[in-house]
Amino acid sequence: MSVLYILSTIALIASLIGSRKKTLEALQIAWRRSLKLLPPFMTMLRQLHWPCTVLPQEVFVRHLGGENLFYTTTAAGLLGSLTLMPGFIAFPLSGLLLKQGVPYIVLAAFTTTLMMVGVLTFPVERHYLGTKVALVRNFISLLIALIVAISIGIYFGEVV
Amino acid sequence: MSKFYSPIKPLLPGLLFGLFIVGSLLFRFEFGLTAGRRFLQFGGEMVKIVPFAFILIGLFEVWVPKHVVERHLGKQAGLRAHLWAVLLAGTTVGGLYVAFPVAAALQRKGARLSFLFTYIGASGVCRIPMTLFEASFLGIEFTLIRYAIAVPLIVLSSELMGEYLQRREYEINLQ
Repeated sequence: MSVLYILSTIALIASLIGSRKKTLEALQIAWRRSLKLLPPFMTMLRQLHWPCTVLPQEVFVRHLGGENLFYTTTAAGLLGSLTLMPGFIAFPLSGLLLKQGVPYIVLAAFTTTLMMVGVLTFPVERHYLGTKVALVRNFISLLIALIVAISIGIYFGEVV
Repeated sequence: MSKFYSPIKPLLPGLLFGLFIVGSLLFRFEFGLTAGRRFLQFGGEMVKIVPFAFILIGLFEVWVPKHVVERHLGKQAGLRAHLWAVLLAGTTVGGLYVAFPVAAALQRKGARLSFLFTYIGASGVCRIPMTLFEASFLGIEFTLIRYAIAVPLIVLSSELMGEYLQRREYEINLQ
């Protein structure tokens, strides 16, 4: 993240040296766009707590550690779609689950849907793409995530 | 019926949520407290990223000439544009919520729709810091297979979706 700070500071200074007028214009654009995004953004933030609080982590681990591979993979995919978790939390958690014996295919379904399917970011996505295209994009992403999970399962010999 | 516009109306759900949190604080309602904590935790995380992303977007729009984007990412750029999309996605921070405004800015400069969909898809899957995390916790093989399967599928689906929508003159909301 600090890369972002350094980069934007350098870019801003370089821009100021280049042209003060253009820099001001850029900042105005940034301000205008941020304001336009604020309402869908707030909607997203408000919804963030639901899956996290309704599904505490114990439930989560218990369901991913089950015997039925079809069931656990589906559950993992649903969970990944419904949550928004930064990578630095999701991957250590997955690493832990792996050590506890959760199969790769389940972890793949979880992490891939987490990254590609965004139910919680949907208000923001709809703002840019429109409802229909946003829905289609998420559906395609879900399919891709499932294909990835199954491929990983095949590679690690978990599904025949 | 006259359309009555109140500046308070769009803020109403937020105000209600705020009241709910304050109420939870007063009555020590555990569910509400957790909700408030999550809100602050994730909200803080995004507040740290989003303004900087928008500043960079603003600078990009002012400084980068349209023909440069058009040449490399526009209609005549062909399939190579997808490679740029994946590379650009690798350096994107945050996640999907940053990728959308970036995609909108690129479209304004004349980037092809398929390219934008690849970029959005890849910014979920290919971010470099995240990939390093993944490889260290789940193994390099896991990461390699995921890339090998996901990236071609993203490019393929984006190409199909982009072409289809481009013909129907669909556009990403530029605001």
